[in-house]
Amino acid sequence: MPGAKKERTANIIMGNKTLDKIKKGTYFTIEKLPSGIVKVQLIRLGLSEGDTIFCLERLPGGTIIVQKNRQEIAIGFELAKLISVRIKII
Amino acid sequence: MKDFIEHKEHHLHLENGLSEGTKSGIPKIVLAGNPNVGKSLFFNYLSGTYVDVSNFPGTTVSITKGVYKNSEVYDTPGVYGVSSFNDEEKVARDIILESDIVINVVNSLHLERDLFLTLQLIDMGKKISVFLNFNDELKKRKIVIDAEKLSDLLGVPVYETSAVKKMGFEKLDEAIANAKVGIQPDALHHVLHETLNRVGSQAEALLIIEGDEIIAERHSVPCGSGDEREIIYIERRNRVNEIVSTVEREDSSKGLFFNALGKYSLNPITGIPILLVMLTVLYFFIGDFVSQRVVNFTEQTIGKKYFEYYLKSFVANYTPSEISVTLKDEQDPSKKLRVYSFKENLNENQKVKQEFDHASRDENAIVDFHFPNPFVKLLFGEFGIISMTITYLVFLLLPLVAAFYFAMALMEDSGYLPRLATMLDRMMNKIGLNGRAVIPIMLGFGCVTMATITTRLLGSEREKTIATAILQYVIPCSAQLAVIAVLLSGAGVVPLLIYVTVIFSTLIVISTTLNKFLPGQSTPLLIDLPIMRLPKLDNAFKKTFFRTYGFMKEASLWFFVGALLVGLLDVTGMLVVFQNILAPVTVHWLKLPKEAATAFVMGVVRRDFGAAGLFGLNLAPMQITVALITITLFVPCIAAFIIMIKERGMKEGLIIWFSAWIFAFLIGGVVAQIII
Ligand SMILES: Nc1nc2c(ncn2[C@@H]2O[C@H](COP(=O)(O)OP(=O)(O)OP(=O)(O)O)[C@@H](O)[C@H]2O)c(=O)[nH]1
Ligand SMILES: [Mg+2]
Repeated sequence: MPGAKKERTANIIMGNKTLDKIKKGTYFTIEKLPSGIVKVQLIRLGLSEGDTIFCLERLPGGTIIVQKNRQEIAIGFELAKLISVRIKII
Repeated sequence: MKDFIEHKEHHLHLENGLSEGTKSGIPKIVLAGNPNVGKSLFFNYLSGTYVDVSNFPGTTVSITKGVYKNSEVYDTPGVYGVSSFNDEEKVARDIILESDIVINVVNSLHLERDLFLTLQLIDMGKKISVFLNFNDELKKRKIVIDAEKLSDLLGVPVYETSAVKKMGFEKLDEAIANAKVGIQPDALHHVLHETLNRVGSQAEALLIIEGDEIIAERHSVPCGSGDEREIIYIERRNRVNEIVSTVEREDSSKGLFFNALGKYSLNPITGIPILLVMLTVLYFFIGDFVSQRVVNFTEQTIGKKYFEYYLKSFVANYTPSEISVTLKDEQDPSKKLRVYSFKENLNENQKVKQEFDHASRDENAIVDFHFPNPFVKLLFGEFGIISMTITYLVFLLLPLVAAFYFAMALMEDSGYLPRLATMLDRMMNKIGLNGRAVIPIMLGFGCVTMATITTRLLGSEREKTIATAILQYVIPCSAQLAVIAVLLSGAGVVPLLIYVTVIFSTLIVISTTLNKFLPGQSTPLLIDLPIMRLPKLDNAFKKTFFRTYGFMKEASLWFFVGALLVGLLDVTGMLVVFQNILAPVTVHWLKLPKEAATAFVMGVVRRDFGAAGLFGLNLAPMQITVALITITLFVPCIAAFIIMIKERGMKEGLIIWFSAWIFAFLIGGVVAQIII
């Protein structure tokens, strides 16, 4: 994708953002999960704070598909908005 | 209200079986595990009882009991942990609490996710054995899991299986005999100590500390806070990650074709074409091949020409009849109609009989039997309980429904449904649902009754209400679709487009309205995607067989009841009275022949039956369109209605049922006024 490199540099500078803004094909670290039942549900599925995750796909509208190890998980836009992440610099 | 009933049931369970179950004498083996890991396959094997197996999380939504040797075995809905975040979790939790032995089925591909539940079961102090399932997929991906080491770390027996290939099942006896309480972290006992003293069961004590209000209430002890739960969960998650990192090794990640297909089906650019290709294939298979060619042969040739003809001429041997034979000549469109009357029976006049035989054997002859005797008419006449029911059921619906179930089974087995759910998530948000609701709605095209039960997998009451409403108002089930497919494919493209547009718009209007006015909030999508793979044909055939069998068993009864009802109305002359009473609606408002009223009378019993009643009417294409729209939106079948009442309560069920009458005639009529 043209401009991908520029994009990444920008991300590094921006640092924190929410999951719905993550670009397809990037690694990121979960900074903070929303509290409550959603949080424990995510922990059970294997997504906890501090984990490094890969963004497999970002659908138009903001539904995100992430991958951790072999597990693919789809996360709706409304939930993705509540998850703070940090772009991983490899 | 529903919660209250469930609640009461829990108490009954507790009183009889007491929480740890051992008292009842018969050991209880419970199959527990994350969704979509193969529990139901284990259950099929152990109990010999068929339960559905599909490749999406949430196939099993309630408990099924079976018998294995001298124990009871239970299939449970898949859960990511023991708690009570939703209805499935509640039922799973209770049966796990009551169990003596838990067989924990684990998807080895997703060890990190699945071991969370395993550790929770161990922390609960349950006797468990672990089965690392999906061994075949593991090998394909060159991943190695050290089962022995895992067993040491967990302190419970660990076995490897591949349930689809029935490999490793021979270890089940050993696993049941050797199930153990696993190794628990020392810190746990300090945390549990006090509560344990008060409730007497470690399992329940843990759940209470983890904030399960229902269990806490049962023992009237204070329940743990959300923070405590979080601490325990995070600690458990860390233990899981540590275990996984020591037992698992991945040699190379080889690209698998179907994996790639899974990815493409989620990509917006390739995903839509894939969906379109699927729909096209489906259309050609069901809409063209089965509903035209196959059904033409089974219904027209086998059903009408052979079965009904021989049945009725056999009956005519014993009773008076009037038989009209219409001969259609290909070259000469003018029809030749001949009527043969037999005052006594078919054999009274050999000459006439021979003439009749000759005429009726013609390739294109259409033979209509009329029996003046009301009783014979009731059984074998136009709406004859025996003649009509069998033709519709066996020669029309059976092939269509089987084909439909087969197509559904392939889709369910491929892993495509959860991906479709993800693709459509944002669209579904607009009608107050999340992508997950795609699963029950798609299943509704198979059977609305079954799909209504599957709405349990949705996250909130309002989502369940919206999805149930969509299912019961607008989604035609396979049997109905079957009839619709046959009628519409004869009517042409424009009727098809009008039909689809009207039904789809109704769906949008109903669901957006509900979304606007129902209180509460819908939950966002959170779904794990199963591996994408080629459907297993044996499973698809098996499922098709059981579902078709189930359908025939249930539908036959209602068809006979319906046919009896219509038959009685017919011979007593009430049918004509009805038709005349309803004429203002059918003739003026819907612009259909007054005989169409019969279809609605039949439709109250079952929609498919009603739709089938449109067959003999010789409707014009636009009339077919209106009739089908009306019958699709008409009240759901009795089974679906009963299940809806059970799932959603009396009030909601009745509101939906009665408003279906209004919508059906209102929308059908408006369309009629415009297009006819
Ligand atoms: N390749 C492979 N597929 C398996 C194996 N075991 C189960 N499956 C597939 O996994 C899917 C889920 O199987 P089910 O038995 O329905 O799983 P379940 O645990 O009952 O699922 P829920 O009822 O949704 O909780 C099906 O498509 C099975 O064919 C296995 O060992 N190998
Ligand atoms: Mg199951």
